[in-house]
Amino acid sequence: MTERTTIAVAMSGGVDSSTVAAMLAREGGPDAQNSVVGLTLQLWDQTRLAGRHGIPDAPKAGRCCSLDDVYDARRVAEHLGIPYYVVNQQERFEADVVRPFVAEYLAGRTPIPCSLCNNHLKFDQLLKTAQSIGASRIATGHYAVNEFDPARGRWILKRPADLAKDQTYFLFGLTQEQLAHTLFPLGRMTKPEVREVARQHGLALAEKPDSQEICFIPGGDYKQFLTAYLEEQGQQLPETAGELADSNGQVLGRHEGIFNFTVGQRKGLGVSSPTPLYVLNIDPASHRVTVGADEELATRTLRARGLNWISIPALTEPMRVRIKIRHRHEPAWATLELAGADEVLATFDEPQRAVTPGQSAVFYDGDEVVGGGWIV
Amino acid sequence: MTRVYMDANATTPLLPEVMEAMRPYWIERFGNASSIHLDGQQAHSAVDRARATLAEFFNCHDAEVVFNSGGTEGDNTAIFGLLRPGDHFVTSSIEHSAILAAAERMAAFGVETTFVAPTASGLIDPAAIERALRPETRLISVMLANNETGVLQPVEEIGKIAKAAGAFFHIDAVQGAGKVPLDVHRFGCHLCSISAHKVHGPKGVGALFVRRGTPLEPLLVGGSHERRRRAGTENVPGIVGLAKAAELAMHSLEDGTLVRLAALRDRLEAGILELPGTGVNGGDAPRVANTTNIWFDHLEGEALVIALDLKGVAVSGGSACHSGATEPSHVLMAMGLDKTRARASLRFSLLKTATEADVDYVLKVVPEAVAHLRAISPVAAGTLG
Repeated sequence: MTERTTIAVAMSGGVDSSTVAAMLAREGGPDAQNSVVGLTLQLWDQTRLAGRHGIPDAPKAGRCCSLDDVYDARRVAEHLGIPYYVVNQQERFEADVVRPFVAEYLAGRTPIPCSLCNNHLKFDQLLKTAQSIGASRIATGHYAVNEFDPARGRWILKRPADLAKDQTYFLFGLTQEQLAHTLFPLGRMTKPEVREVARQHGLALAEKPDSQEICFIPGGDYKQFLTAYLEEQGQQLPETAGELADSNGQVLGRHEGIFNFTVGQRKGLGVSSPTPLYVLNIDPASHRVTVGADEELATRTLRARGLNWISIPALTEPMRVRIKIRHRHEPAWATLELAGADEVLATFDEPQRAVTPGQSAVFYDGDEVVGGGWIV
Repeated sequence: MTRVYMDANATTPLLPEVMEAMRPYWIERFGNASSIHLDGQQAHSAVDRARATLAEFFNCHDAEVVFNSGGTEGDNTAIFGLLRPGDHFVTSSIEHSAILAAAERMAAFGVETTFVAPTASGLIDPAAIERALRPETRLISVMLANNETGVLQPVEEIGKIAKAAGAFFHIDAVQGAGKVPLDVHRFGCHLCSISAHKVHGPKGVGALFVRRGTPLEPLLVGGSHERRRRAGTENVPGIVGLAKAAELAMHSLEDGTLVRLAALRDRLEAGILELPGTGVNGGDAPRVANTTNIWFDHLEGEALVIALDLKGVAVSGGSACHSGATEPSHVLMAMGLDKTRARASLRFSLLKTATEADVDYVLKVVPEAVAHLRAISPVAAGTLG
């Protein structure tokens, strides 16, 4: 028996990863089936916090790790005739994603759990699990392109053909090692093309809607989740109530806790004003939340830490890049320069609205991801 | 590809004789055992013969055998059929979930349960059962053999304690049946559950021994089947298959099969234990012949199970949760293993048809897989979970 290259497909039960499994399982003749293994990471028990603080008893469909999604992934694997396993990563997910998520909100920042999950679970742990079971590479349904550039001797991460589905913002933490062992088969396809391929492979879930919300928050209400999770842990929400003030320091009122706010937020501020007010700043030390007019939200600089570089080994001199500061942000021109051992300072050509601590800043050179970090 | 099935404690294949015995009862002799005509009588007669075989298997009277759907139903019936509000129930923390979940449900109906923990070897100490007793203890339930470790429990001594206390005693013999002789009189039990598919019979059928005079309320009501102890049209082919499997199991208990099986298991165990950082869970307690539960330091058991499956070896690690992901075994945790070691423990359970070649293959594949896993993802013992 000759050793075949085995690819482990990360299957979430959605259209994208199911289509990846179908494409890889059906490529290269009938023998190819044996070289694809489907894996689903069991990350969170959707019923775990059910019944606490108004969290519904029965989770809605279409969330990661819901029973329905595992069922769908398993059905796809059965349909394709590939081995399929569910791998329990709940403890790591809680330690590496859920707890930091809670801590970030309590510290007045706005976290992105998907990037943490990609860094710690989807790529790091999944790749280890895949290699443990004899697979040499993993494949996921992310919309991104990765390719090796011999001239630079580096793996490059690029924006996909379908810019509306671009997921490179969440992938800035990938290491060279991870990029070298990962396939993104959907990178050069559009979502309608993916659905068409799913239909061609006879996948029953070709029309399944995309999932949008944070997968472990049933109902999508993060404040409810924070309270329920802390209660389950035998803790209470820490007291972070404080003053609500304008940018001149004039106190306008009080708020119930800094975790209720995110920079740029307009609703639910609890003060009335003739013109719309937005959250400008959250001070975790004094618990003061500063609000102001829309135009006050704009800032010309940001600082980011926890850096990862992809297209370059390291930043050695100032660099012209375009920076994306949240998932739905149009990348904006800026000059990037080092501001410490693990810190960059970015100066935008045009002021940017609502630079939000806790989110990531991802640096682009054309279609290439130069690198990224966490906004402080 | 070579496939070696070493997960007999999960289920077993039908033996060809069992399938042959069942064959006429699907089409030719399809009658309802309750019908008065000839077709019904043929079915009834088959069920009666099966009942006689099962009576021999349990060492009880024919009338004390109740056919049902398997181990879960037997376990549930013992608990739901005997316990009433205000009663106290004593069981162990290493029972099958059919016992543990049923006890949990009874809590809502005013039945309190004491879960007795095992020793580090996986044994239930009869003295610990005795200490758990209360005046209102109505039922004791302890398994004959543990599904994860294969450890045989001292049911005879527990039976004596139950008798002295005036409590009913149920034995979950699902994993013990076919591996050690059953004798409900020697065990001193009032109820005893078995399942066909663990002894090379069909899935979805089993039997419950109910000692005469035990005031057991039926779980299912309707017709007067099984002397009003279990309503529902008899699963005639299944019952015939169970009887054939029990008959063959009784032969195996006497013809040296289990001695041969124990030798194979011992060779497998010794071979794996040559690897550094391994050990047997429950190894110093009396065990059934086919089971060994081995921990491997510095790796993830879940990944090893998958790696072995892809190399053609079917084993199990922990228990599958609703999604199919693996949870650390509640049995091993109850024995005091830390989560890391419980997660890194695999159960090898051999079919009675296992061969030397099967053991050779597993002894070739396991060391390779373990070395590969340890090289890729070294898990420092005690740092995870």
